[in-house]
Amino acid sequence: MAIGIDKKSVSLSKVAISDTHGEDSPYFAGWKAYDENPYDETSNPSGVIQMGLAENQVSFDLLEDYLEKHSASSNFGSKSSTFRENALFQDYHGLLSFRKAMASFMEQIRGGRAKFNPERVVITAGATAANELLTFILANPGDALLVPTPYYPGFDRDLRWRTGVKIVLVHCDSSNNFQITQEALEAAYADAESQNIKIRGVLITNPSNPLGATIQRQALEKILDFATEKNIHLVSDEIYSGSSFFSDEFVSIAEILEARNYQEAERVHIVYSLSKDLGLPGFRVGTIYSYNDNVVTTARRMSSFTLISSQTQQLLACMLSDKNFTDNYIETNRKRLRKRYQMIVDGLRKAGINCLDGNAGLFCWMNLSPLLEKPTLECELNLWKKILHEVKLNISPGSSCHCSEPGWFRVCFANMSEQTLQVALQRIHNFMERRNSVS
Amino acid sequence: MVKVLNKQEQLLSRIATNDGHGENSPYFDGWKAYDTDPFHPINNQAGVIQMGLAENKLCFDLIEKWVMNNPRASICTPEGADDFREIAIFQDYHGLTEFRQAVSRFMEKVRGDKVSFDPDRIVMSGGATGAHESLAFCLANPGDAFLVPTPYYPGFDRDLKWRTGVQLLPVACESANDFRLTREALESAFEEAEVANIRVKGLLLNNPSNPLGTVMDKETLLEAVEFINEKNIHLICDEIYAGTVFTQPGFISIAEIISANPKCNLDLIHIVYSLSKDLGFPGFRVGIIYSYNDGVVSCARKMSSFGLVSTQTQHLIATLLSDEIFVEKFLAESSDRLAKRHEVFTRGLSQVGIGSLKSSAGLYCWMDLRRMLKEATFEGEMELWRMIIHEVKLNVSPGSSFHCSEPGWFRVCFANIDDETVRIALRRIRNFVLQSKAGSGKKLCRRKSNLEVSLSFRRLDEMMMGNMMSPHSPMSSPLVQART
Repeated sequence: MAIGIDKKSVSLSKVAISDTHGEDSPYFAGWKAYDENPYDETSNPSGVIQMGLAENQVSFDLLEDYLEKHSASSNFGSKSSTFRENALFQDYHGLLSFRKAMASFMEQIRGGRAKFNPERVVITAGATAANELLTFILANPGDALLVPTPYYPGFDRDLRWRTGVKIVLVHCDSSNNFQITQEALEAAYADAESQNIKIRGVLITNPSNPLGATIQRQALEKILDFATEKNIHLVSDEIYSGSSFFSDEFVSIAEILEARNYQEAERVHIVYSLSKDLGLPGFRVGTIYSYNDNVVTTARRMSSFTLISSQTQQLLACMLSDKNFTDNYIETNRKRLRKRYQMIVDGLRKAGINCLDGNAGLFCWMNLSPLLEKPTLECELNLWKKILHEVKLNISPGSSCHCSEPGWFRVCFANMSEQTLQVALQRIHNFMERRNSVS
Repeated sequence: MVKVLNKQEQLLSRIATNDGHGENSPYFDGWKAYDTDPFHPINNQAGVIQMGLAENKLCFDLIEKWVMNNPRASICTPEGADDFREIAIFQDYHGLTEFRQAVSRFMEKVRGDKVSFDPDRIVMSGGATGAHESLAFCLANPGDAFLVPTPYYPGFDRDLKWRTGVQLLPVACESANDFRLTREALESAFEEAEVANIRVKGLLLNNPSNPLGTVMDKETLLEAVEFINEKNIHLICDEIYAGTVFTQPGFISIAEIISANPKCNLDLIHIVYSLSKDLGFPGFRVGIIYSYNDGVVSCARKMSSFGLVSTQTQHLIATLLSDEIFVEKFLAESSDRLAKRHEVFTRGLSQVGIGSLKSSAGLYCWMDLRRMLKEATFEGEMELWRMIIHEVKLNVSPGSSFHCSEPGWFRVCFANIDDETVRIALRRIRNFVLQSKAGSGKKLCRRKSNLEVSLSFRRLDEMMMGNMMSPHSPMSSPLVQART
């Protein structure tokens, strides 16, 4: 039988051949250098230290400790029949016990200052999926979301790639510590309008990645007012909420809503995940919490494409409903991140480098603009390459986060041991000394 | 706490407010009946038996025994806890190497070691549901279409069309030749698309078939491959039921066909797989895309960020499936039990004169109730279906929900219930058939009771709609589980 007369190349979709997946960005080139020559304390002490990965490894011992004490319940339980039930459970509502535990955990992170209803928790395989899913629901192809800069590079893919939705930048700069202002929001909105682009919502990350700082209460109020006035949505990605160094310095949009008696709440949606606060990115645990019934219903249906493994839901339902464990974890985690932050900021200061005043997250926002010959993107990238290849540190250039001011870099500090951090600081110190002695 | 305002609906996207989620299909109405009155062997013996859910519960005892004997497979046990940190941190979208290797090997075993799979072509997805959607995103633009032979799994409508904007065009298969796919049907569907100015990007096959339970023979597969090569369109083979084959004719995977036919353009061939049916793990969301096209592997892998398999689960699966002795034993035993269950059920049906399509795979059979239709129309089918739900108290799936071109066929699942429940179901069917035969002279009474049936159904509907409007419904939504 004659098959394959002529092997013409067959086309893939426009989505498939576009580069909106974002992997060609220089952000990922640093990874390559790391992958080819990864630092190891003993076997490769001169390798590249990975400081471009916002992972939280400082509190793992607490998780391991928990598992040691609770292995029976967090596994499939002593009754073998629970394996069966668990393996069969594909209900897109998610395990009730898991949703209850998530809601309670989110409340604890916010010091009880906001209440969460388990019936509004929608499960997704990571915040990556949550942000894409929400975009599918809130905007049509060609519409846009306003996103303050600098922002997490992954948003370019998550919000735009398969959805066909655009991102309109809301510019923030160092003149006011990169805070989001009403003027910046209005300017971005007007800009979009003039190009006939329909804005469907604002997406904020609070605490901010890459700034490593929480958004102030007044700013949140203004953002919510802005969204209300324009009749658009507000998505608050609070993935780092458990990583703020002081519990009371993080104000969640949920608190603002509660104070306003939930007026206009139907336009607000919160994204959360356990990848950062608990350091479990492999487990793919994301949630959408929406105050809008239609969004909850639709998001739930869409979550069919991206549910959390029931095995993982089971484990976390046990872990997160243990209030003693979570209380201790949240507090200890904050303390340790605080300490790390202090360590890196002090070390950088000694080397003559300043950082943005941060109070949350797994990274600091480092200011190397004084080192640039000219305040240009090109100079920033040259400096970045130098740091990558000479200093052997993979850090993230601000331009990959769409920062409009060249010279800022995000430096992660929670994905390594303290010793490794010291090694990194020493290298930076040496680098700065070399520069100063030359000049 | 929160007011639901109508104007809010205008604030959502078209995708969010259209019917693309597929849950308004009558397919799900049977679920409502089941949920309000579920059968229980002790507490509710008169309840509705769930036969609309293609789940595989026949071999859990084997798996559970293995899990108990292999604590290292779980990272939550003392034996496995050493791996916890590494596993929990690992978010590489390539997936754990041992996972890909184990899945690849398992897929080979399921195909009797007649083909080999490359672990580097294994791409994860959020279940087969996510796999289909991702492939549609990779292969087609909004407005493009895939051809799908009918009858087909209702979930395809949501998976391939909803968020992608891609269309599904049916390729009619008929009972006259046992619903086999013909070249004529393919050509005809393709031409129709051309006339309507719709660009066909691919053909989607489900082999073994849901809902038919049949496997495609070599000739048909070769025809399909020839067709897609000629038209230069993609071929997606959903082989999710590959491990549920219980008798001859055996399963022939597309992988076998292309390895024996080197002239086939491999860039066109993509396989969808999952562990939801063969192993009975739908909750674990293990979907796989296996493509022979490098560009698709690369693209699908990037997209898998939106639906990766939990590493905790990857680890469990990798450990389970790399136990080759267990796997062989499992596959043999599973096939055995399915064969027995199929035999008992189809025999029970034929004893009351109900035929079903001859099948050698799947967790269900395709029951022929054409003779029992009052009218040979889809309304007739719906009427019969409601009767089966409300009088016989069985939730079965009407052929129309699978886009079957002929009325009177029903899919009945039999692998999600125990032996006793199967007996009860058969008894009820027997009674119903006997009553129908006896009552064929009493037409008036029958019509009256039909009215009552439809009235009570409407009341049920209203009650259900009232409850189902709010996501706060205390009942877990039946719409949920009815994905298979």
